[in-house]
Amino acid sequence: MTDLKVYNFMGIRKYAVIFSAILLSVSAWSLYTQGLALGLDFSGGTQIEVGYEQPANVGELRDKLSAAGFNNPVVVHFGSETDVLIRLQGEPDQKLAEQIVEVLKGDGQQIELRRVDYVGPQIGEELREDGGLGMLTALAVVMLYVAIRFQLKFSIAAVLALVHDVIITLGIFSLARFEFDLTVLAAVLAVVGYSLNDTIVVSDRIRENFRKIRKATAIEVINESLSQTLWRTINTSVTTMLVLLALFFIGGELIHNFAIALMIGVGIGTYSSIYVAATVMLGLNVDREDLLEQVEGELVDDLP
Amino acid sequence: MLNKFPLWKNILILLVIAFGFIYATPNFYPPDPAIQLSGQSGAMVIDDSVLQKVEGALDEAGIDYFDGQADGESLLVRLQDIDLQLRAKEVIQAEMGGEYIVALNLAPTTPDWLSSLGGQPMKLGLDLSGGVHFLLEVDLASAVAVRLEGDLQEIKTVLREERIRYRSFELKGNQIIGQFRDIEQVKKATALIRNSYRDLLPETTPGQNPLSLVLNLSIAATSIIEDSAIKQNLTSLRNRVNELGVSEPLVSRQGKNRIVVELPGVQDTAEAKRIIGKTANLEFRFESQGKSGERFEFKTPRGQGPEAELEKKAIITGENVTDAQPSFDQNGRPQVSITLDAKGGWQMGHATRDNVGRRLGVLFIEYKTKLEKTVDENGELVITPVPYIEQHVISLATVQSQLGKQFVITGLEQRESSELALLLRAGALAAPMYIVEERTIGPSLGADNINLGVKSVTVGMAMVLLFMVVIYRAFGLAANVALTMNLLLLVAFMSLLGATLTLPGIAGIVLTVGMAVDANVLIFSRIREERNDGATVQGSISAGYDRAFVSILDANITTLIVALILFLIGSGPVQGFAVTLSIGILTSMFTSIVMTRGLVNLVVGGRKIETLWI
Repeated sequence: MTDLKVYNFMGIRKYAVIFSAILLSVSAWSLYTQGLALGLDFSGGTQIEVGYEQPANVGELRDKLSAAGFNNPVVVHFGSETDVLIRLQGEPDQKLAEQIVEVLKGDGQQIELRRVDYVGPQIGEELREDGGLGMLTALAVVMLYVAIRFQLKFSIAAVLALVHDVIITLGIFSLARFEFDLTVLAAVLAVVGYSLNDTIVVSDRIRENFRKIRKATAIEVINESLSQTLWRTINTSVTTMLVLLALFFIGGELIHNFAIALMIGVGIGTYSSIYVAATVMLGLNVDREDLLEQVEGELVDDLP
Repeated sequence: MLNKFPLWKNILILLVIAFGFIYATPNFYPPDPAIQLSGQSGAMVIDDSVLQKVEGALDEAGIDYFDGQADGESLLVRLQDIDLQLRAKEVIQAEMGGEYIVALNLAPTTPDWLSSLGGQPMKLGLDLSGGVHFLLEVDLASAVAVRLEGDLQEIKTVLREERIRYRSFELKGNQIIGQFRDIEQVKKATALIRNSYRDLLPETTPGQNPLSLVLNLSIAATSIIEDSAIKQNLTSLRNRVNELGVSEPLVSRQGKNRIVVELPGVQDTAEAKRIIGKTANLEFRFESQGKSGERFEFKTPRGQGPEAELEKKAIITGENVTDAQPSFDQNGRPQVSITLDAKGGWQMGHATRDNVGRRLGVLFIEYKTKLEKTVDENGELVITPVPYIEQHVISLATVQSQLGKQFVITGLEQRESSELALLLRAGALAAPMYIVEERTIGPSLGADNINLGVKSVTVGMAMVLLFMVVIYRAFGLAANVALTMNLLLLVAFMSLLGATLTLPGIAGIVLTVGMAVDANVLIFSRIREERNDGATVQGSISAGYDRAFVSILDANITTLIVALILFLIGSGPVQGFAVTLSIGILTSMFTSIVMTRGLVNLVVGGRKIETLWI
């Protein structure tokens, strides 16, 4: 077998910086100007899902509900032609769902009430706060852990890579107007976990190589490390993407957006663990000196 | 010897596999649709005679059932067909009457030997089982306001009696504010309140008008009021939910001022909401004296008594009762202390002034629904719900002296006093509650969600298994065994821990399947590298596992941290996701590191092999 081919990843890091900068600014711009398309969990309101036996005409239903005095009802197909999701925002009222079903049942149609969600405005607001707080806590704790296990420069690099991934994932959700609900928040946090996983593995190899390869520049060490872990990075991304595709196509409408968020996140996370984290480390002038005092303490475990 | 496991490690692996199989198995036995029947009160005995009555009713209605069992507290009848469940419930309810709670249930069919080992199927979240979730917010501010209002009226009376003159005394927000004409009166009033009202703290801020007195309720008193308001609401909610006939209802406090109610299997939200929103009520009436009164059943917690005849007019109702607590008199005899609001106290005092020696009854009023059996013109049995009011006397005691805002009911046994206090509180209006979140999931949607979930796990898993074999060949097979075992262990742990499976939880399982192979990918990549660097077959396997371990550990711990935070901030379904993700990370560490190593060692360990199929 041949020696490992070393790719010059860091040679094109200028382009990576430009690419990331564009993605980040577009995302930030979109988040700033139009925000996220908040789902019911966060916005509050009432939504009901009904199942028809025949394909339903959402336009007609919308007119019917408007005629019955409901203000701007959103009526869309949900997953299939026979499923309809009706949402009323801004005027949450507990009797709404019952009234809507009354109106829909008015013309003798066979309908099945599949789901009713009512979320009060105060709950939505609390969830928004908790979600943001959770995200920040996650980043802070992770930063601390990496700083202890590795070194501050690695920690900064890892957290910047995470922030990069989260902002871009949120940005794409904002641009595409995909609905952002609780499951998507869970997905974004899972993205944090996944991307971190990737970054840690790469950082681990960089640390190891800094200690092993004496006469090499930081760029060479990082290139070598990235090349060594490249197949692992790709293979893990592929297996994760495979299951996410299964969720996306088969998992049903309720976790559709969850799957989308993770797919975006895993894609961006794979890219960022190669380019963003390593580029930041180079920017912070990481070198062998940073890791020397830790050589003694390297974790050696004889577990199989 | 290189790449040989000591015996104990191999045994450990086998034990873990056995554990996984045993505790995952209960999930493969589909549950039977069943009807569960229990009594409204704990004292009712549900024995074989009740069972015979239930079975008789089912026979009459032509509903197939089997394996009816009564254990004294409740009984369970299994049905052949899930479509007959609702009908069976109606038939049984109509036969047995409102004294019994009849609930739909899914009875596990776990074999005895498995349940004796503690094996049980996973609990399903509402999004999978169908049902209703309510989040109610208790208006604590109004509970506090009621108390302050009462104190205010009392203080005014006391000040008048003590001839302490004030210009005005009123409630402003959370403060009682009094205005006086001279400093002397302010000082007297402050001293009096410090003495008699320990919970009210006079506030002194620099620059405050010396002629005004500002009183704040102490933090301790506030939290006691809030706590008991929540507890009172919890108690009455539990009582009401029992009436709905749900096999495993959940009513619990969430956070400072919220109560979560989960009713799996309940379809009729309107009915659920009506019952949750309804209140029992109380009326205090005198025993009638010869004049035309109303006769009521007498039902104390001690048991049923003779009938009692009460006057038609109520002195006060439950609205005026602010609290009722069991306590003891000077001689240690049990009693119930009742506190009324200012208006109620005044009315009670007025009514009892000239009626000392008469007996005062407490009427407990409940709003209920019963099912009525009728036969329509086609000879079909029709069952219709009919709302009705149930009233009975829970206490009848002689008035010893003029009653006021606070009085006691004596002559009770200890158990009786606490139950009477509970009933009085249940009838009194606690702090108002309103629904802030409601989620209803229909049964078909729940079933759909399970199907879709199982399907995506299967397909996702199949693709990953195929990918691993293609990329890592023989070693891929080892990883696949580990992955399958990981899924089994994950299910086993979730069942054993009684964790709830939700739709996002299933998504978590799917994600775990995708990410769990990461550890193996790391190890195998490392082994390939070692081979490329010229290490021996055995040496590269050993080095591959050792070197990859640190990366795997770091990567998994950080992911675990994120999952933990997700669990802490999330609610319901999202927590389900965090739970499956966390358990999946832990089990995958074992299967992908220890188990694959065991397999690899078994096959290639200690042998002379020149090429590795990796």
